[in-house]
Amino acid sequence: MELLIRIAGKDIIVPDTIVNVWVVTVLLIIFALVVNKKIKKASIDEAPSNFLNVIEALVDVVEGLVKDTMGPQNMKFAPYILTIMCFLIVANLFGLLGFSPPTSDYSVTFSLALITFVLTQYWSFKNAGGLLGYLKGFTEPMAFLTPLNVIGELANPISLSFRLFGNIMSGGIIMALLYNALGYIAPLITPPLHAYFDVFSGVLQTFIFIMLSMIFIGGAAE
Amino acid sequence: MLQGITSEAFILGCSAIGAGLAMIAGIGPGIGQGHAAGHAAEAVGRQPEAQGDITRTMLLGQAVAETTGIYGLVIAIILLFVRPLLTAYLNLGL
Repeated sequence: MELLIRIAGKDIIVPDTIVNVWVVTVLLIIFALVVNKKIKKASIDEAPSNFLNVIEALVDVVEGLVKDTMGPQNMKFAPYILTIMCFLIVANLFGLLGFSPPTSDYSVTFSLALITFVLTQYWSFKNAGGLLGYLKGFTEPMAFLTPLNVIGELANPISLSFRLFGNIMSGGIIMALLYNALGYIAPLITPPLHAYFDVFSGVLQTFIFIMLSMIFIGGAAE
Repeated sequence: MLQGITSEAFILGCSAIGAGLAMIAGIGPGIGQGHAAGHAAEAVGRQPEAQGDITRTMLLGQAVAETTGIYGLVIAIILLFVRPLLTAYLNLGL
């Protein structure tokens, strides 16, 4: 659903993808509060309940992935990776419920990629030891390659965001075309395509987004 | 032959043809991803115990190879839905 906000006589249309971002965010916040409450109540002596077992397994998997990809000294990034993973999985699978998935809006994927970009630049700045060392990093291995290095660095967030956006968006467009073309017999034919475009593609793109984020940040944070 | 066609319709039609041509970019990633998957299958055949690592590396490489195809797709989507050429023509005010 679209929202219409009227500020000082001007109409601002908030597209449904942006509204869905807030829905996903609120859902995840409620989920986090529930997990927080349950984990505080749990005692060490007893075996964890089924729900907590699943959460522990999820945290374990992400920590193992971060340890394998970024090295044990970069474990401080594991919470960030788990956060974007939860958000992206819920956002990509949101299309299954009949809403437009939040990640089919370019502003959402670009802001996610910008977070990774800023983290990468911050850590390479910190590790280079000041502005001079940071700028000097662009002139390696040879001075005349500087423009290429700068473009290569700027292309990372763009390709990262377009990959996610393109995959989810194209899946949505293909499904919309099919629903329009097939009419009443669409529910007979579309379920396997939903399994591919929404579930498989969404989970795969989540995995690829967090893997590339880990590689970029890990490369900068050494 | 072109007499019955308005300029707007002509620009829209040409944009649709351009979008179709932009999707030729899908050939490259298709070949590249198939190549990567084939070699990964070979690697799993040679070393079945490293299947997890091979699959992860293959998916990552395929994702990066896909980038050019996604760029073509984005251009096609922009041509079809944002219609920058039509806006530019209307702004000319001819």
